[in-house]
Amino acid sequence: MFELRRLTKRYGNRVVLANLDLEFHAGRATALIGPSGCGKSTLLRLLIGLIQPDTGEVLFDGEPLAPERLAPLRQRMGYVIQQGGLFPHLTARDNLGLMPQHLGWSSKRIQARIAELAELTHFPLDGLERYPQELSGGQNQRVALMRALMLDPEVLLLDEPLGALDPMVRFDLQTELREIFQRLQKTVVLVTHDLGEASYLADEILLMRAGQILQRGRLEAMLQAPADAFVARFIRAQRSHSLESNNADPALAQGDQA
Amino acid sequence: MTPQPGAVLRRGSSGHRQSLFGLLPSALPLSGGSVSGLWLLAGFSLLLVMLAGCSGQGDAHSEIRIGSKKFTEGVILGEVLTGLATAQGLEATHKAALGGSRILYNALRRGEIDAYVEYSGTLMHEIFAGESEAAFEEEGVQGARESGSPMLPPILIQRLAADGIRIAGVLGFENNYALGMPRERAHALGIARISDLLDHPRLRLRFGSEFLERADGWPGLAAAYRLPQTDVLGMEHELAYRALATGAADLTDVYTTDAEIAHYDLVPLQDDQGYFRRYQALVLFRLDLPERVPGSLDAFDPLIGHLDAPRMIQMNADVKLGGQTEAEVAAGFLRDRLDLDIAVRAETLWDRLLRTTLEHLVLVGVSLSGAILVAVPLGMLAAYRQRLGQGVLAMVGIAQTIPALALLVFMIPFFGIGAAPAIAALFLYSLLPIVRNTHAGITGLSPPLVESALALGLPTRTRLWRIELPLALPMILAGIKTAAVINVGGATLGALIGAGGYGQPILTGIRLDDLGLILEGAIPAAVLALLTQWGFERIEARLLPRGLQSRDG
Repeated sequence: MFELRRLTKRYGNRVVLANLDLEFHAGRATALIGPSGCGKSTLLRLLIGLIQPDTGEVLFDGEPLAPERLAPLRQRMGYVIQQGGLFPHLTARDNLGLMPQHLGWSSKRIQARIAELAELTHFPLDGLERYPQELSGGQNQRVALMRALMLDPEVLLLDEPLGALDPMVRFDLQTELREIFQRLQKTVVLVTHDLGEASYLADEILLMRAGQILQRGRLEAMLQAPADAFVARFIRAQRSHSLESNNADPALAQGDQA
Repeated sequence: MTPQPGAVLRRGSSGHRQSLFGLLPSALPLSGGSVSGLWLLAGFSLLLVMLAGCSGQGDAHSEIRIGSKKFTEGVILGEVLTGLATAQGLEATHKAALGGSRILYNALRRGEIDAYVEYSGTLMHEIFAGESEAAFEEEGVQGARESGSPMLPPILIQRLAADGIRIAGVLGFENNYALGMPRERAHALGIARISDLLDHPRLRLRFGSEFLERADGWPGLAAAYRLPQTDVLGMEHELAYRALATGAADLTDVYTTDAEIAHYDLVPLQDDQGYFRRYQALVLFRLDLPERVPGSLDAFDPLIGHLDAPRMIQMNADVKLGGQTEAEVAAGFLRDRLDLDIAVRAETLWDRLLRTTLEHLVLVGVSLSGAILVAVPLGMLAAYRQRLGQGVLAMVGIAQTIPALALLVFMIPFFGIGAAPAIAALFLYSLLPIVRNTHAGITGLSPPLVESALALGLPTRTRLWRIELPLALPMILAGIKTAAVINVGGATLGALIGAGGYGQPILTGIRLDDLGLILEGAIPAAVLALLTQWGFERIEARLLPRGLQSRDG
């Protein structure tokens, strides 16, 4: 679905992504993970054309993401950011209707689609007339997800969508997101800093560091055969203070020594 | 999309709001109803502009427009001329207290007025200063001194004709300059002649602003007598008298027909070197007037040679000290001397308040609306085109640094006198707060929101109208509110160039030392400023969707 070819992105002198060749396959959910500044959010923003590569190119569905074609191509992608990105001057319903209205959908069709998505995301119907500041954090993210899904896009790009939520809400939403991914079978690229969330939601994990891909695959494979010492340390760091890490994990210990 | 103005004020409902947007480029879709409020404001303003245009027109063909300078004698004589024309069955209006000599002369030259009363010395030594003064001097003033009777030099008449202007005749009195001092103080210091001032360099001299600047005023006088005084300030002519009376000043310029000379018991100092020129009152009119309004010249005839200095002093006293209006005094003169009965149009306090309020609202409304229409797009342009934006911001910033009074006067060459130059100046003054706030509102939008709009795939124009402008609206409205409140105060200055409004009673009040009149302008102006502030807060509450209002608000 997405193909990156020899792609380099710099901010000033700093190289954020270095000569990257990468492919995201249709219908699969991929999680981008890595320490802060590893380039995972930059990668996501390149996929939807919010920033342009310095060299190389991004292909979407086999065609280059040319600036003049961005607007129609973006209608085939849904994008959700950490704080939702809902427009504060519009109600939830108006936020959802923005793009379909622009495309000339009938009001009936828009309302039917909203009702459908509200059910899918367990969003209460009476919340639709509220403004974003009148909704809870979890509800904001549900509306943001609904807005991303309005046009039934082929791709969902999620930039730490649950990053700002408290743990219980986050847990509920993780469960719901997984259901939704499985039901809709969309191409998903998810940026997260939480390995558990990555492994729970995605079919494969892409572990990045300093603009490079260190390892790609399922969590089990990473646990068994970390690509290098950093991968092993990253995984251990993610688990060290969680409850189950009280019992030493022999596999992890092994990886650490490698 | 049908425009539904009613829908504009609805808020927070489903996604079907329609608005005045429908009138704008292409089908700017639905909702974002808040921004359409801006257009409602703008539309309202256009209406005002059109109204102003109509009221400014009048019937220029059969009407005589009399002008007058902004001092009491000028206004009385303007009323007299207007009364004479009216008595002849002609249609005449009096544009009262338009400004100083140059403003009046230029207005006459450009055809904004048809006639006014000027003084011979002012023409020769102020209006045409430096042109052919020597010739004026030689042909006229010298000759007049010798013969003892005033005569107008032919070269002055030629000079006026070159501007399309003629003298209808002299009225019969002179209003000359003199220096006046309170009698007791002059005695105490032993001052009787202007030359005596040489021994008193510490005296506080307070002159009317025009005298302080005029070629035939203080600069020439000080040079001719080598006067040493340095504590010299300009102020309103009438206020200088009060400064003398309260002991805050020692000496001022007086006009020899001023009622205050007797009232404050001032002595005019003897002009022992013969510096001051003579200022015969005369009626100036445009050459095209008799052609345009037949009989108009005959109308002024009865006045020529029939107004002497004592009568003029009395009329000035009746207004300034006796509390009569200029119109009443003028009507009294026409009745006594010329046997003409003129109905004095008595304007009650409420009439006057209504008139000045309307005038003030037009000044503010038209200039502000124009500024909104221009400044919001300018601010947007500045926000989206950075380099251009810097230039735009700098330019409107410069307009703001020009003192309001000066800006007002700069507009006269382009727009003449009256409401138009005042509106133009207020318009320029209103630009900065609106441009700056629009620019800041758009450039200050939170990046995640701007990117979210991009990521949705909305095209540029839709993003602008549906997302960016509505989000910047609170800032834009705050800018408009600031401009409006500044504008209400600034518009009072418009009266200085004949624009009317609340400034007029204030200026007249200063001229007549009438606190009541001053308050008649000052209180409504303050109330209007407060109302404007309050009104815009209501508009904000209406236009801003709940989502943009603070939660505890």
